[in-house]
Amino acid sequence: MFGLEKKDTSLLLIVAVLTMFAPFILNPFPTDSALAQFNAGYPDLMQRFVIFGIFAIGFNILFGLTGYLSFGHAAFLGVGSYAAVWMFKLIGMNVLPAILLAIIVSGLFSVIIGYVSLRRSGIYFSILTLAFAQMSFALAYSVLTPITGGETGLQLALDDPRILGVSQTAEGNIPVPSLFGLEMRSTAELVVGPWEFVFNVGYYTSALFMLASFYLAIRIFRSPFGMMLRAVKSNQQRMNYTGLNTRPYTLAAFVISGMYAGLAGGLMASMDPLAGAERMQWTASGEVVLMTILGGAGTLIGPVLGAGFIKYFENIFSKINDNVLHGWFAFLPDGMEDFVVFIIHPFIGKGWHLTLGILFMMVVIFLPGGLVEGGQRISSWVRGRKSEDKAKGKTEPAE
Amino acid sequence: MGILEVKNVGKRFGGLQALSEVNLSVAENSCHAIIGPNGAGKSTLLNCLVGKLIPDSGSVMFDGQSVLGRAPYEINQMGISRVFQTPEIFGDLTVMENMMIPIFAKRDGAFRMHAFETITNEKQVVEQAEKMLEEMNMADKRHMHAAAMSRGDKRRLEIGMCLSQEPRLLLLDEPTAGMARADTNNTIDLLKQIKEERDITIAIIEHDMHVVFSLADRITVLAQGTPLVEDDPQNIKGNPKVREAYLGESA
Amino acid sequence: MDAILLQILNGLDKGSAYALIALGLTLIFGTLGVVNFAHGALFMIGAFCSVTLSRLFSLSHKVEVPGETDFLGNPLKKDVPYLYDIFGESTGAAIIDWAVPLSILFAIPIMLAVGYAMERGLIKHFYKRPHADQILVTFGLAIVLQEVIKYYFGANPIPTPAPSAFTGSFDFGAMLGFDPNTIIYPYWRLVYFAFAVVIIGAVFSFLQFTTFGMVVRAGMADRETVGLLGINIDRRFTIMFGIAAAVAGLAGVMYAPINSPNYHMGMDFLVLSFVVVVVGGMGSLPGAVLAGFLLGVLESFASMREVIDLIPGINQVIIYLVAIIILLTRPRGLMGRKGVMED
Repeated sequence: MFGLEKKDTSLLLIVAVLTMFAPFILNPFPTDSALAQFNAGYPDLMQRFVIFGIFAIGFNILFGLTGYLSFGHAAFLGVGSYAAVWMFKLIGMNVLPAILLAIIVSGLFSVIIGYVSLRRSGIYFSILTLAFAQMSFALAYSVLTPITGGETGLQLALDDPRILGVSQTAEGNIPVPSLFGLEMRSTAELVVGPWEFVFNVGYYTSALFMLASFYLAIRIFRSPFGMMLRAVKSNQQRMNYTGLNTRPYTLAAFVISGMYAGLAGGLMASMDPLAGAERMQWTASGEVVLMTILGGAGTLIGPVLGAGFIKYFENIFSKINDNVLHGWFAFLPDGMEDFVVFIIHPFIGKGWHLTLGILFMMVVIFLPGGLVEGGQRISSWVRGRKSEDKAKGKTEPAE
Repeated sequence: MGILEVKNVGKRFGGLQALSEVNLSVAENSCHAIIGPNGAGKSTLLNCLVGKLIPDSGSVMFDGQSVLGRAPYEINQMGISRVFQTPEIFGDLTVMENMMIPIFAKRDGAFRMHAFETITNEKQVVEQAEKMLEEMNMADKRHMHAAAMSRGDKRRLEIGMCLSQEPRLLLLDEPTAGMARADTNNTIDLLKQIKEERDITIAIIEHDMHVVFSLADRITVLAQGTPLVEDDPQNIKGNPKVREAYLGESA
Repeated sequence: MDAILLQILNGLDKGSAYALIALGLTLIFGTLGVVNFAHGALFMIGAFCSVTLSRLFSLSHKVEVPGETDFLGNPLKKDVPYLYDIFGESTGAAIIDWAVPLSILFAIPIMLAVGYAMERGLIKHFYKRPHADQILVTFGLAIVLQEVIKYYFGANPIPTPAPSAFTGSFDFGAMLGFDPNTIIYPYWRLVYFAFAVVIIGAVFSFLQFTTFGMVVRAGMADRETVGLLGINIDRRFTIMFGIAAAVAGLAGVMYAPINSPNYHMGMDFLVLSFVVVVVGGMGSLPGAVLAGFLLGVLESFASMREVIDLIPGINQVIIYLVAIIILLTRPRGLMGRKGVMED
């Protein structure tokens, strides 16, 4: 189906089902229960899951396939956001043209940066991308303030022209982003017994873009082009002596991943129409690196998992505080309880980044294939035990 | 007029004159060996032929066209394939994928963004790759990671990858270096077979005299960056100058 | 003329910090072949050594002041540092005042230990892995270290004053015959610059004049050969890592009064120090020092009013621009050896 192998089709379908039913899946706990704080099915977080999923899928096309480690991809996301907000200011509040312009602008931007950076490889490439991104960040903060809004960021205003829309609504407010009249923020709620599920237009729009991005990534992975990119990672020397010019291949991968980042940036601006320079900082680029590696670089589903994992724990883990912990460990004797809470305390709440850093180091050291490799190891271990059992089962009757 | 014409090539690295006044003519459909003691400039010469180095002077013509100033990939597209001293293959890819890449390169040129095709749908490329794997006796290893194979198999794969591009000139850089006797003999047999079955010109750089005398139609002896003699194998064996060059090295 | 002189002076202290951090980075790269993204964190830990020692010195207990009461009528209590009890009031106060310079003694063993633990515990296992993996794991370590610091010291910058003897500024202008108050320069920055020169000199003479240094330099030039000579180069490299960590740490210790330490100062300096290393040439010690000072001064020149008016925003990007141009035209950097990571 869709020109995919059977295995890939089922992967795509699974991801499609999971994203479409995410409002249910992510809200497994009744609203009043103590566990409700682990519910992730609210629009803001769900949007972030899929948007960062797109960002990571794109980053993986560059890093996972070609092995070129960019530390400046957040710049493309930032540029995409700015482009989209400008579209809202000048043209109108429809998200499609905004997202389209975001993709185009970040694509052009990545052609320039990629053309220069890809003249070097290895650590030099990483540092070049880092330097470019920091430069963009510094400029966005200072000189480019007329375009970027500087420190306050780029925001919509009541007197924006919006030539295809209205400058302000009848009530005198700034209009909100919409898809042909369907407002991104509009939300339907479904109450089933003690459960409450939220369906948000913005989330579903982003989710559809994510599915399209995922599908495109599968096609690229399975194409001769994708194979060439993996060959670049494996042995550039052999590429050159096989009559292949590596530079356009890497540049194409770079630009594609830049456009993915632009799409993510455009969607981000569509969900919340403002853009700030901090989105371009190199620590933001580091975040997408973390997502991709944590999930599994070079795998299809890994980056999506990594993005979901990090965003979930960032939002949920950081909400756990000492009171919650005391609640969990109330069954322990008092002294023990305090001790356990004391031990766990640095890793939760605001300390979540510490947990993330440790986790990331563990993955790089022990599990270079990320969560995906972890899953594979577990499943092969389980299967190994099963087949052992089977083998035993077969031999026993014979004895 | 040979298919490869090297005229007056010179190359200097700082104070070292690595090559000077090198003249060489490789006849079409022959096997031409370049031998010489360590440091004679064999590898430098080879690198000048494939675009890795640019000589300071002289010319290198392949089939009437100059190769100088062209990038390695362009020279390969002209019809020159190179086998390295240590096998250069795509270690992270499967054997089958390794074999398909040169075929794609031959068909599509140096770059093509075929991002919307699916590899398995490229029937013609798949067929050709499978045929070549059969020929190399490694069809059973097609799904293996190339890096996991033995050195002899890697060498075989690399030669197969070069042949699948149907090059006019095959350059071999000490193809049996560091190999066990049995692997060396297998490689010699494979190269003999290639020479007999195909219209192909082979230029080989080699240390091992056994390999050279089993394959070469013509031999050039390089010493101190310049050709000492060029002759048929039987004449080279008895040439006092050659003996001196080699004995001088060992003495 | 006086403006130019002022900018050169202004560039020196930042340049000193760049040079010291880059020196360690390039030492680690040259000896161990490791790209260390956690090096900025070592600088930060150094700065927090200053903070910690000042706090330790200021630990105090309450003492009632006889005959005085607070507004509620209770006896007035005042904080008296334990140091006063031990050394008497005047000596105690002087020690507290000199906490930052004294932290050097405190920081050296700590930084050596941190460096040693890092190399033996983590970096050692990454010698044979690709540079990308080294970058990633040290990046992870940098996050962990900075979060630990944030946990104990909070997210806000912590002012850490220099000894009161160095608080004023020095009027260079008057000394050199310009108008008074045209070129004034804080004393502490002069101290920092002198300190950096001393440390750099110490590292270079250590490498130049000791057998240990000779082996390390030989190892930087050709690791395998030295290994063949039967010299235990790995152990020496471990010590080298400790020294690099100490240099970065000391740079941080003394930088605390210039910029109040905060948990992300390491990351801020890391990116710039990498740029410095690249400009100077990966694995070149003189290159790192030269590029550090050069870029520091260049940055302060670019911040001059006249320059900014000419090219707006140039002060923000000058360092990156230089790095990009260097990388593209001369990838081995100003003083790098030919062939080192040149691809």
